[in-house]
Amino acid sequence: MSIDSVQGAPLRRRGRWGPMLLRRAGQILALALMVGTLSFAMARSLPGDMATRIAAGRYGYDLVSQAAADQVRDELALDRAWPLALLDWWRQTASLDLGVSLVSGEPVWHELSSHLGATLTLTGAALGMGLMVGLPLGVMSARRPGGLLDRLLTAATLLVRSTPPFLIAVLLMMAMAVHLGMLPVAGAHQRGGWLLPSLTLALPLAAGIARVTAQALRSAMAMPSHQFARTKGLSDRQALLRHAARHAGLPLLAYVGVQAVVLAEGAVVVESLFAWPGIGHALVHAVFGRDVPMIQGAALCMGVLFIVFNLCVDSLQLMLDPRRTDGEAR
Amino acid sequence: MSKPLNPPSSGMTPEVPASVGASASAAAVADPHIREERVPPTVPAADGPARRRTGPSGRWLLGLALLGGLALFAVLGPWWTGIDPAAQDLRQSLAPPSWAHPLGTDLLGRSVLSRLTHAARLSLLVAVMATLSAALPGVLLGLWAAWRGGTTERAVVMLADAMLALPALLLVLLFAALAPGELWALYAGLSLGLWVEYFRVSRAQARPVLHGPGVEAARLLGLSRWTVWRHHLLPAVWPVVARLLPLSVGQSVLSLSALGFIGVGMPPPTAELGLMMTEYLPHYEEAPWLLPAPIALLLLLVLGLWLVTSSDAAGADPSHDAEARP
Repeated sequence: MSIDSVQGAPLRRRGRWGPMLLRRAGQILALALMVGTLSFAMARSLPGDMATRIAAGRYGYDLVSQAAADQVRDELALDRAWPLALLDWWRQTASLDLGVSLVSGEPVWHELSSHLGATLTLTGAALGMGLMVGLPLGVMSARRPGGLLDRLLTAATLLVRSTPPFLIAVLLMMAMAVHLGMLPVAGAHQRGGWLLPSLTLALPLAAGIARVTAQALRSAMAMPSHQFARTKGLSDRQALLRHAARHAGLPLLAYVGVQAVVLAEGAVVVESLFAWPGIGHALVHAVFGRDVPMIQGAALCMGVLFIVFNLCVDSLQLMLDPRRTDGEAR
Repeated sequence: MSKPLNPPSSGMTPEVPASVGASASAAAVADPHIREERVPPTVPAADGPARRRTGPSGRWLLGLALLGGLALFAVLGPWWTGIDPAAQDLRQSLAPPSWAHPLGTDLLGRSVLSRLTHAARLSLLVAVMATLSAALPGVLLGLWAAWRGGTTERAVVMLADAMLALPALLLVLLFAALAPGELWALYAGLSLGLWVEYFRVSRAQARPVLHGPGVEAARLLGLSRWTVWRHHLLPAVWPVVARLLPLSVGQSVLSLSALGFIGVGMPPPTAELGLMMTEYLPHYEEAPWLLPAPIALLLLLVLGLWLVTSSDAAGADPSHDAEARP
């Protein structure tokens, strides 16, 4: 958040890691406040007698009695004035006490921990696939600008980019699973169940990564330093690996950072579609059941994952480019 | 957007202060909410300099034609079909396309064409409204923050930063959970998620202008604040914002339908694109003409918006609408 990149002002050298960590820490705080307050409003706006509904959620509608409802009301302190209750809610969230799921009665932490691994697997696999497919394609198309591959990539990117993840998911479901009977359509318990959901997320990533890599490499190869490396007698490949790669890495990282949002949002949609037991699925499920503590927990978890991912991208950028001061022009 | 053409190595030397353009694009890159880059690349493609065109490009016209057609379909369609989208006729369940129902009927015998026009109207209306109500305060805040500078600016930047802690779709999802099935909640969530982008972009555009010689001269001449805004700030900010608008509309349309598709958006029996897909998916073997209708509409809509964005009238070369910049 510095104001020192304005033209004409000298760039002051400052600690590079401090501001970055501070910014992300502030974001986590803001996330907790936002999600906490929204969840509180949700809890308050539930129609009907909240205590009765929660009790019904726990014990089934046939077994709800006044006593059970009263017990829930006491337990969740549902009859206090809202400012007090809000403060209390914040205090609880701050002490990392997310409460118990209104539906299953299990602690939210416990539920989340089982979903966390699934989401990490899914997004990790998607990123891995995207890089494994995108990088080589990008490098190949950079070496032949205007060639067939280059044109194909451009078209593919446009096509995939205007197709939202949930549509890709449906088309994939129909194509792969139903017609070919190759892969399980939904669920995580069969072998290969992870393939379709992560492929859904990986396709647009791969196309984007390929194109960004191609362009970044091209501009890196147009640099005087690259020309000099070739003049020095390095082969094309050596010059690429030793000089151009580092320059090209920066825009690529920036792009992957931008895609964090797409991954997070895509995870929510794709997990619900494929019944993949991750955090996004838990969140949507909780929204269905108006399970407020679970909504809060899942949203917080998703947000923290997102922020940490961004933090990793930032750190990598700092390591790659020592001249970068965080928060430039932010 | 006008920016100096810096050689690719500028900004790669520590003594050179980051150029105006680079700082703006750095802001755009740093913004995880911007999926597409609207900043034209500074490096000409390796296959020669960008082509110079006069007048609007073909892609832009194509996009405009697509959008115009869809807008007509959405606005006049309901009146033109004259069929109630909720009118059921169970004897006509899953009827193939006919003169009465050009796109066939769904499981409950409702006219797919009629439902499609109403869904298009809903999507476009909400998306355009959400975009406008996010863009106006966003741009004004951005300009104001850049103008005031100092603590005010830092405070607003922090607020914007806080908004970025949560992916936009999650924000809409939380609002949808706050008031299930209410259109205003979806709209509010969309709007809240969108304004940050406008704030950041307009601030990034305005800052170099405000510190530039033009504004300095205007101030020395004693020209009014309004003149500076009108002749210096707005011309610098408007082109970038104009390219953002269709993107935001597309993003909103997609968010709406994605939420409808996973069942947390608008409730049945609303005619909504995502919801229609959910309803038609189980029947795609017995009634294969159902599912493609909402999908095609959505794709055409988004494609039109992308086409209008990726090639402005100045004719950006389609081979790079600048995802990567030096």
